[in-house]
Amino acid sequence: MAMADATAQTGSATDSRGRLLTSDGTPLRRALERANRRRKLTAFALVSPLLAFILIFFAFPILQMMWRSVDNPQIVNALPRTLDELRDWDGRAVPPERVFVALHADIMDDLERPRREQRIGPLGVRLNYELSAARSAISRTARDVPNFEAPFREAFTDAHRLWGQPELWRVIQREGRPLTLSYYIAALDREYDEFGNIVKRDENRRIYVSLFGRTLALRLVITGMTFLLGFPIAYYLSSLPMRYANLLMIAVLLPFWTSLLVRTSAWIVLLQQQGVINNTLVGLGVIDDAGRFSLIYNQTGTIIAMTHILLPFMVLPLYSVMRTIPPSYVRAAKSLGATPWTAFRRVYFPQTLPGIGAGGVLVFIISIGYYITPALVGGQSGRMISNEIARHIQQSLNWGLAAALGSMLLVGVLVLYWLYNRLVGADSLKLG
Amino acid sequence: MSMPAYYTAKDKIWHYAFRVICYAIFFFLLAPILIMIPLSFNAQPFFTFTREMLTLNPEGYSLRWYRDFIGSESWMRSIRNSFSIGIAATIVSTTLGTLAALGLSRSEMPAKGLIMGILISPMIVPLIISAAGMFFFFSSINIAQTYLGVVLAHAALGTPFVVITVTATLVGFDQSLTRAAANLGASPARSFFKITMPLILPGVVSGALFAFITSFDEIVVVLFVAGVEQRTIPREMWSGIREDISPTILAVATILVLISIALLTVVELLRRRGERLRGLTPQ
Repeated sequence: MAMADATAQTGSATDSRGRLLTSDGTPLRRALERANRRRKLTAFALVSPLLAFILIFFAFPILQMMWRSVDNPQIVNALPRTLDELRDWDGRAVPPERVFVALHADIMDDLERPRREQRIGPLGVRLNYELSAARSAISRTARDVPNFEAPFREAFTDAHRLWGQPELWRVIQREGRPLTLSYYIAALDREYDEFGNIVKRDENRRIYVSLFGRTLALRLVITGMTFLLGFPIAYYLSSLPMRYANLLMIAVLLPFWTSLLVRTSAWIVLLQQQGVINNTLVGLGVIDDAGRFSLIYNQTGTIIAMTHILLPFMVLPLYSVMRTIPPSYVRAAKSLGATPWTAFRRVYFPQTLPGIGAGGVLVFIISIGYYITPALVGGQSGRMISNEIARHIQQSLNWGLAAALGSMLLVGVLVLYWLYNRLVGADSLKLG
Repeated sequence: MSMPAYYTAKDKIWHYAFRVICYAIFFFLLAPILIMIPLSFNAQPFFTFTREMLTLNPEGYSLRWYRDFIGSESWMRSIRNSFSIGIAATIVSTTLGTLAALGLSRSEMPAKGLIMGILISPMIVPLIISAAGMFFFFSSINIAQTYLGVVLAHAALGTPFVVITVTATLVGFDQSLTRAAANLGASPARSFFKITMPLILPGVVSGALFAFITSFDEIVVVLFVAGVEQRTIPREMWSGIREDISPTILAVATILVLISIALLTVVELLRRRGERLRGLTPQ
């Protein structure tokens, strides 16, 4: 009895089934669960504004852009009846009259819509991606359609020869679906042949696969260069006392903090035909005036400028790994009879591998999407996949193709990032 | 790395050769940036040292490109734009990022890895892809070519840096301090402003600086999302380099280098202060 009183006084008790209760009588387990849930909700509430912001203004736009790479509404919207009639067409000869009747009806319908909602314009643009000259065929015919009289087949083929070619009809039949893979097929330098098989494009029209290849190769060269230049100075910095190392680190951090445009223009100034390097070489008599090197607006310029821009991203992770390697290991190897080279190769170098991996993948990921520097100093041979994406968005306006190229690039980068994460963990991304 | 007494002649040669290589690489890193500073005082419209400059003749030097810069309406507008967009974006990303970091560093945060992955994605996705996505989306909701659009885009790009730096600061943060504050009767808001905030302030400030420099230096998104009215300094330099390249760019570049030196110093001081506060004295 005395013990029961004591527990009642301290506020804890048990219920009829022997479960612990809190002072207000709820079972302790449930109270704890409730408190935990509330703490979870608080934590989530703190994160949610940013999460919502990123999802709306960053993730959603990117997903929407990726959607464009398969979205294919133009033909379905503009020619519903024609597509119906085309369904069992064999794809060989010019379609029968009833298809042309449907086409005439579709276009007449469209001409009645307000000008801004007309679907013929987008249709012509869309068909033109697959078959050049299709746009002019559509726009020229659409003007005359109200005056057409049966038989429509002759009327259409008279208006533009393309209507009499099965090729155009095959495109309409094939792409008359709400989703398409044709942008990816184009992005992989493939096309459909007359039997509907996917084949490689003619040699002289293949662009993107070699561009992806060239982008990758150039990135590997740049990553290799940053390693060749970054390893010695990271090693040197890590062997210095902290005071001197911090001082010399400025040489790495200042470029890191300097505007990208500033660094790019610095290289333009240095590497131009009339720039500092060529002028110095001419002044010293190393080369004559006619023999000035063309160091910029080509691949060389891209490699030099991007190596300089990305070098800090290699040095910083390498340095932080090298700092943690105890010098006693190499000393021990030497005292056991290893030559300096063997000690370096067998003992020191393997311990730097995490840093090399981290720096290498980091440089590679950053460089692969680079747009500004290649666009400014790359010229024709230094153009990269990202420049091609920008060109399709801003100039050729083939947004589906731009989205397909972008999605492929994005997937590549995400795979690399996943690798990086496995290798070193994202938490080790250090800033400055 | 002083030279041990037992070094042979070959070792000594290698010892010095290695230093020469290293200093050559440091030279490669610094020279392009530093060489623009004297060139920006060129009296001639060339990107190279004139004879007068090399003989240190004062007539070879002038401030004409700086006058050009200050007298140009479009450059001045770009400075105003860069600072106003940068500051607005920094406020948005620092506020949201700090809150999120506070949530993320709590042990009871659900799905931490996934959420962290989403939050730092703006740092990983290539800028050209982010820019393209935002271009389409912002056009569809009619905020392309407005200040609001550019600020929101830059805020999104800057938040990962705030989240990462503040989360890193909170790793060393002793949670029992806030519990003690609560125990002594402080409300959550009061304990945040009185206890947590002063301790994580260095992390917040350096995160904010990273966010600011991200916006200040950003050009790809500006190229896609901004209109003529919202042109920032990098955007103006971009057209300067592409259209008519004049040494005014070098004057601007020199000013930007000075700004980055100032920012670098601030971040370094903050880092040291943060380490001292957390008892991690630099060796």
